[in-house]
Amino acid sequence: MNKRFFALLSILVIASFALAACGGSAPAAEEPAAPSGGNSVEVFSWWTGGGEAAGLDAMIVVFKAENPDIEFVNAAVAGGAGTNARAVLATRLQSGDPPDSWQGHAGQELIGTYVAGGQIEPLNDLYEAEGWLAVMPETLIPLISDNGNIYSVPVNIHRANVLWYNPAVLEANGVEVPGTVDEWFAAMDTLQAAGVTPLALGEQWTQLHLFETVLLGSLGADAYNGLWDGSTDWGSAEVKAALDDFAKALTYTNSDAASLSWQDAAQLVVNGDAAFNVMGDWAEGYFRELGKEPNVDYGWAATPGSDGVFQFLSDSFVLAVGAPDPEAATAWLKVAGSKAGQEAFNPVKGSICARTDCDRALFGVYLQSAMDDWSSNIVVGSLTHGTVANDSWKSEIDTALGLFLAGGDVDAFQSALVAACKSSGPCQ
Amino acid sequence: MLRDKDRFLNILLVSPSILAVLIFVYVFIGWSVRVSLSKWKGLNADYTWNSINNYLELFADPRFHVDIRNTVIFTGVFVFGSISLGFTLAVMLDQGLKGEGFFRSLFLFPMAISYIVTGVVWRWLMSPATGTRTSGFNLLFSYLGLDSLANAWHTTPTWGIAAIALAAIWQMSGYTMALYLAGLRAIPVELREAAQIDGASELQIYRHIMLPLLSPVTLSALIILGHMSLKVFDLIVAIAGKQLPLDVPAIYMWQITFDGLFYGKGAAIGILLLISVAVLIIPYIRHTLRTEAQQ
Repeated sequence: MNKRFFALLSILVIASFALAACGGSAPAAEEPAAPSGGNSVEVFSWWTGGGEAAGLDAMIVVFKAENPDIEFVNAAVAGGAGTNARAVLATRLQSGDPPDSWQGHAGQELIGTYVAGGQIEPLNDLYEAEGWLAVMPETLIPLISDNGNIYSVPVNIHRANVLWYNPAVLEANGVEVPGTVDEWFAAMDTLQAAGVTPLALGEQWTQLHLFETVLLGSLGADAYNGLWDGSTDWGSAEVKAALDDFAKALTYTNSDAASLSWQDAAQLVVNGDAAFNVMGDWAEGYFRELGKEPNVDYGWAATPGSDGVFQFLSDSFVLAVGAPDPEAATAWLKVAGSKAGQEAFNPVKGSICARTDCDRALFGVYLQSAMDDWSSNIVVGSLTHGTVANDSWKSEIDTALGLFLAGGDVDAFQSALVAACKSSGPCQ
Repeated sequence: MLRDKDRFLNILLVSPSILAVLIFVYVFIGWSVRVSLSKWKGLNADYTWNSINNYLELFADPRFHVDIRNTVIFTGVFVFGSISLGFTLAVMLDQGLKGEGFFRSLFLFPMAISYIVTGVVWRWLMSPATGTRTSGFNLLFSYLGLDSLANAWHTTPTWGIAAIALAAIWQMSGYTMALYLAGLRAIPVELREAAQIDGASELQIYRHIMLPLLSPVTLSALIILGHMSLKVFDLIVAIAGKQLPLDVPAIYMWQITFDGLFYGKGAAIGILLLISVAVLIIPYIRHTLRTEAQQ
């Protein structure tokens, strides 16, 4: 090898660094999937596997049929519940390179984080033009709005406050499906005495999920909502009572919760190893995947104390501020909010439409019952799944919960929750 | 003496990597320090001066106390375990065992596996489930009639992190073995023979000759394992997910930065990690440079 060759090589390397540095100003040029005409929409999500990815594909088919001249760029990033995807998204937004539209949980996860950061466009005009205000539940709109502006298009609805149970186990022990928190504890005392694990529980986020449903069941819908807008005092005696209920509920759980995924915990119920499990209604899709029969192998009810309340979470799409192609992005949002788009997506994903006018015949018996409740119940948001608290607040609550699970001190838990509301919530 | 043209070429040749290191390491360290001293919380950069408040808040944060405790336990168990097991294996292989090559690869094999895969397997091995769902080690113990050994592994409060360290020991002790084996082989046979002629027992030989001569190897192993254990992240997430009893600074940094958007605090954790690794490594680099200079 001669020296001239090395010199040439060095120059090439340096030149490539210089080019890479310039590349930042024109990121679109490096996007091989985007045609130069710019008539394309890049949609960012964390739907890369299972029913989610299949549902997205079904919706893309509808989009392509209606918009044959717009190219769809699927920028999905893998990673459970979007943890990795959100890190990637935050980095892209900070470098001024937003995707046209992205998926997020409707509510404060979007409003308290991205709207507060000035990254999302309001969609009021689209809602009016498409007549969505008439087909979405009235109680939903405030949860996805800020200062009178609506910020996202929900494509589906999941219910968080579902109590799954094993009918055979309950019957064998002479236990009725509980309606209130106290009835629930009484039932679980009976089950525990009979040597059955009363309540199946999994890793930490499922414990946060249990926590929010106990808060809802113990406080009621109004006081629960007040936690998130500042009208319920986190330091009050009623919150203390709810925390005591949560601490008591934990005493009925399996000892190996920390090592179980939500699927493992849910499976304990359909296998007859445990009587109850609190999980969102994606568990139903999992039960069906396991080949279990609704109302035979598993039954469901609203979590104790929350009958008539639908604690929801929703995947929704937004329009980015500075979207490279806002028209194509709007075309995508129209499909995401349309009857055809939601009817294509939801039966595959295993959720119900955010719209209340979808065809019931497309859905199974559980989802039909959820559709009834969605259009008739009081709607409240979920904490674990991003509806009621912004990301910072949720992470502080999660840390407080983790310390409580490790230490078991209810008073310290309550003061940590009060501090979290002051630091990142409305109690500032 | 190099000719000018050669010197020019040499500088040209190394300049891209120097430039890259300068930008991607030192400039970014500087930037992280700046972020760690700011009030940045939320999606948009905010460099408002916050003095050292992020650090003070971390030191007052009960979760960070858990992290420090866990790091200390993990590092202690992992480093001590890997070094002692690796050394024992190396000494055994050094006895002129038949099929040495086979055992060498066998012990080295775990290192080729990613922490994520190790984590998935050990998650099952250390399953704390009881009753009909018992599996992994606990099931093995019950087959062997050693029920008293069955335990809750990583779900034990306080010491659960040590169970994770066991998985890390499994993964890295082969590597330590390779280091020690290379070190043992580098020791001249004459030294050993001379000691034998002087009537030293095998134990005395290892105690007074081999171990002192192997101290540079031990030092390297300490440095490598030590900084790995300070940065541990994926193994814990794969075995136990993100739960507070098994929290370590790297996991807290990820969660507080990307889930919670507290960029200032996240950067502060990053800088503290950097400092702790530096405390470990700088004396080593100084020692190495001095030895090289003497030679």
